[in-house]
Amino acid sequence: MNILSKLYYRYKKILKILRLYLIIAGPGIIVMVADNDAGGITTYTATGAQYGFHLIWFLILLGPVAYYVQEMTVRLGAVTKRGHAEAIFHAFGSFWGWFSLLDLVLTDWLTMITEFIGMTAAMRIFGVPPLVTVIGAWIIMSAMVLQGRYWTWEKLALVFCGLNLIYVPAAFLINPPIHEVLRGALIPHFPPGGFTNALFFLLMANIGTTIAPWMIFFQQSAVVDKGLQEKDMRWGKIDTALGSMLTVLVAAFCVILTGTLLPGQPINDAATAALKFMSINKHLGACLAIGLFDAGFLGAICISLASSWAFGEVFGWAHSLNHRLKEAPWFYAYYILVLLFAGIVVLIPGAPLVLITLFVQVIAVTLLPAALVFLILLLNDEETMGEYKNTLVQNVANIGITAMIIVVSTLYGISALFPNILK
Amino acid sequence: MIVTFFRTTVQTVQAINRKYATPHLKTTRFVRVCLGLLRGYLVLLIGILVFKFFQSLH
Repeated sequence: MNILSKLYYRYKKILKILRLYLIIAGPGIIVMVADNDAGGITTYTATGAQYGFHLIWFLILLGPVAYYVQEMTVRLGAVTKRGHAEAIFHAFGSFWGWFSLLDLVLTDWLTMITEFIGMTAAMRIFGVPPLVTVIGAWIIMSAMVLQGRYWTWEKLALVFCGLNLIYVPAAFLINPPIHEVLRGALIPHFPPGGFTNALFFLLMANIGTTIAPWMIFFQQSAVVDKGLQEKDMRWGKIDTALGSMLTVLVAAFCVILTGTLLPGQPINDAATAALKFMSINKHLGACLAIGLFDAGFLGAICISLASSWAFGEVFGWAHSLNHRLKEAPWFYAYYILVLLFAGIVVLIPGAPLVLITLFVQVIAVTLLPAALVFLILLLNDEETMGEYKNTLVQNVANIGITAMIIVVSTLYGISALFPNILK
Repeated sequence: MIVTFFRTTVQTVQAINRKYATPHLKTTRFVRVCLGLLRGYLVLLIGILVFKFFQSLH
């Protein structure tokens, strides 16, 4: 009886903890899963097709990198109750504030176009014309925010996050060679052929897709909008850690899929991979296409929100998802119009979509170092952060990660501008 | 209407500039070095972009 009552007590305790977590969970998982956007899925499928399972260990290493950066936004948001754009204006003045805001707006808009490219390419596989995809996605994206409750938006976004995990069951459909997969995941090594320029470019692309400027702005604003307090910080960190595990899981399973079925084949985008999968296994191709659409959709809603929150904070508009349309008209108008204009660009015949994709990489490089440096400086400000400022260990890890990301993303941006530089 | 819109926008931007005229972060040596490096980095990057632009023209 005593054992039974103890077990029941433990069960109730675990249930209580789980309930508490489910209330607080959201921003961390959403931002991390949305990080696997259309561009990210393309990078992972290309990685698997080009190098098989040899780089899964590298993707696993990127999980903690993403966690360490994003965890800082949880602390900053919970302590200051300010979004990242407002925090930059407040701490560094209007010059750096405008630089960050305008750069973010441009980067986000260009990235949103790439998300729509991914979505239309995915739905074209099912025979859906791009016009229908753009209008349909835009209506759903708008409806998601216009219902007037942050909680509802977040839970809907979490459903789309769940759909992003479609690559996991899809991989089990094809019976991948488990031994080789485990070797690729657990033993760090370079693929046969050694460290080449092509490999370096792909590694840079994988790092570039792990941390993006919009993620920093999004999570901090989401933490503020959700109303996370200092006492909730522990749960916010767990949420971020779980999210970083999910992002690695999706990335690894994308690699497993293409590494098993399309080894050595040149893959330029995930839609091509989905089409090739269709000819092998219809369900598998459909899974990849659904995953690609979902990735673009999640990326677009989060990126658009990151910009809308940033503008709302700086311009003093009402900018919470808890507001109704008439209470925050500018905030919602910005969100909806930015998505609409991004979608329209994809529909323009002969639009320079390749050039836009290239520009995203280059423009992001101008903003990412600034966003990361500001984040570290803000987290070291004792007056603002008090007991929650970075510890020595956190500083060593974060400064190391930031330096690495700055070097790599700069090289990535330069190699995008000058493709022959690495040949 | 367009003139009013632009006038209002300019006034809003001016108000934001006044509100955030003074940086509130304590300007330690570490902060100064970081911001200096960031400025240098951005100047370098813009230089590369300008170079690429003129290279594309030729």
